[in-house]
Amino acid sequence: MTTTEKGQIVTANRLRDGIAVFLTRSGEWSEAIDDAVLALEPEAAAGLEQRARLAEQACLVTGSYLVDAERRAGQVRAAHIRERMRALGPTVRPDLGKQAEGKANSFAAPEGV
Amino acid sequence: MYRYDEFDHQFVRERTAQFRDQAERRLRGELTEDEFRPLRLMNGLYLQLHAYMLRVAIPYGTLSGRQMRQLAMIADKYDKGYGHFTTRQNIQYNWIKLEETADILGHLADVEMHAIQTSGNCIRNVTTDHWAGAAADEIADPRPVGELLRQWSSLHPEFSYLPRKFKIAVTGAPHDRAAVKVHDIGLRLHRNAEGKVGWEVIVGGGQGRTPMIGVTVRDFLPEHELIAYLEAIMRVYNLYGRRDNKYKARIKILVHELGAERFKAEVEAEYARKPQASTEVEERELARIAAYFAPPPFERLPRWSAAFEEARLAQPDFARWARNNLAAHKVDGYTIVNISLKPEGGIPGDATGDQMRLMAQLAETYSHDELRVSHAQNIVLPHVKKDDVFAVWQALDAAALATPNYGLAGDIIACPGLDYCALATARSIPVAQSISRKFADIGRQEEIGQIKINISGCINACGHHHVGHIGILGLDKKGEEFYQITLGGSSAEHSSIGTILGPGFAGHEVADAIDKILETYLKIREPGEEFIAAYRRVGPKPFKEALYAAA
Repeated sequence: MTTTEKGQIVTANRLRDGIAVFLTRSGEWSEAIDDAVLALEPEAAAGLEQRARLAEQACLVTGSYLVDAERRAGQVRAAHIRERMRALGPTVRPDLGKQAEGKANSFAAPEGV
Repeated sequence: MYRYDEFDHQFVRERTAQFRDQAERRLRGELTEDEFRPLRLMNGLYLQLHAYMLRVAIPYGTLSGRQMRQLAMIADKYDKGYGHFTTRQNIQYNWIKLEETADILGHLADVEMHAIQTSGNCIRNVTTDHWAGAAADEIADPRPVGELLRQWSSLHPEFSYLPRKFKIAVTGAPHDRAAVKVHDIGLRLHRNAEGKVGWEVIVGGGQGRTPMIGVTVRDFLPEHELIAYLEAIMRVYNLYGRRDNKYKARIKILVHELGAERFKAEVEAEYARKPQASTEVEERELARIAAYFAPPPFERLPRWSAAFEEARLAQPDFARWARNNLAAHKVDGYTIVNISLKPEGGIPGDATGDQMRLMAQLAETYSHDELRVSHAQNIVLPHVKKDDVFAVWQALDAAALATPNYGLAGDIIACPGLDYCALATARSIPVAQSISRKFADIGRQEEIGQIKINISGCINACGHHHVGHIGILGLDKKGEEFYQITLGGSSAEHSSIGTILGPGFAGHEVADAIDKILETYLKIREPGEEFIAAYRRVGPKPFKEALYAAA
């Protein structure tokens, strides 16, 4: 049985092009939400926030914040639809954005209207 | 069309160079985001869900073919091959890079365009009737006043840090296509009993989270007093408008809190306090600007075009499109062509670079090099000879731009919503698409007749849901999208704010709900009665029953 871990990830927009990115375990910023490091404890989340602030000071990203998310079978799913949207691209243009570039996961797909 | 003079050119070039420097300093870390945000917003650059978004001003919605081609080039080179025409008659690009923005502003400056004041707490792009200068019912072209206001309000030092954003709309026709009663200031040209023309000045209308219909502060203002009088309004707003609460900062709240009479008295006192010694300069400037908007050299043509009538008889598809998408022109032998950017199942207001180029070419060949963007997110060719309409239709049809649904149920206004927008609480476009598919049968749309279905993805109401005959507002209910339906709104001359019909719906239920509302209308309407008239006659009851009684 696959376990589901719940916690928080850090997201931001890359400064030079505004693309939504996620903080990884190695401290890089990835366009794919599945690469995000999931903080399971509040202390870990605070540590991620601190790393994000340093990245903002280094002009890599802007507007970082914590997002509730869960990880299951290596895939990360944001709790809120807005964040799932950022991880995917516009649902009305599946030919564009992360979903078209192999950087989104099926887990992130919001329900169609 | 207005042409930049040397000062306009210099001003826009300097502004582009200034922004290039600001962006470079931001990328090097010499400016923080808090320092940079207001600077980028003053140049129309937002940060949205997926990337930066650039909103380009299209003053009073008027474009030349050359300008439209440049917008197409920017879509292809700097974006992902398309742009989104907005309810403020502007265009937005969704996939912009900060590091390329100054280059884009340079390309815009090349064709006398910019993105200044498309955001921020300043006077935004002045909008007007998209049929200005062409409509049969028009008293005078409102665009010279629009241009005068643009020049007056651009980087006006006194009005660059207002309590909140400020939107002005101008109409020169009795039938209001510019929604003047739901703007911060609306200007309506009309004729008095002596046959003279003057401006009705309406203040304090607006949409957003507190929708209001504006109040008339002057019924008949001479044109040469416009700027001085608007200055008095702006000063009263600047002085008394609230800055402590963003949600109470628009002028409509001030008008409401002071009361219309006291607000008027304040404006009149301010106007009287500093009377303009002379309006000579303004009149001269208005005359200079008006010359740019002189009507194009129309030919003298018969009202009736044999070529047009023959094509209508021979081609039923063309006949249907002509019936729905053309409007009466003030000059015999000409017509206004409305190009619907609302194909069945499409994204309202989106156009590809190729489509923009085709529309530019059609404008150059057939419409005296003019295009208009409408606040309903369509494109207008304002001056087409009836003899040429069939050729225009054939070209549009080949580019998937001949959807014959102008003003009908498929012609839906929708903001970008949660698919793109950082402020949105729910998606708008998929709801528009599902309704559009539901009413795919144009015959049924024609039977339903004139109807405005407007969708916003949050309370800020960019999709004008408050003034839709049917309005749809997308909200977030515990992380799920749900949609409220309002009925009875209108942005025309008898403006009204829609009222909520009842409990909201899940996204997949909305199209069926709209279907039930329109079926109810078809049952209760009197011969020739449009939806909004029927609603005003019977009220919400039969619609409520149709939607909720069975549940």
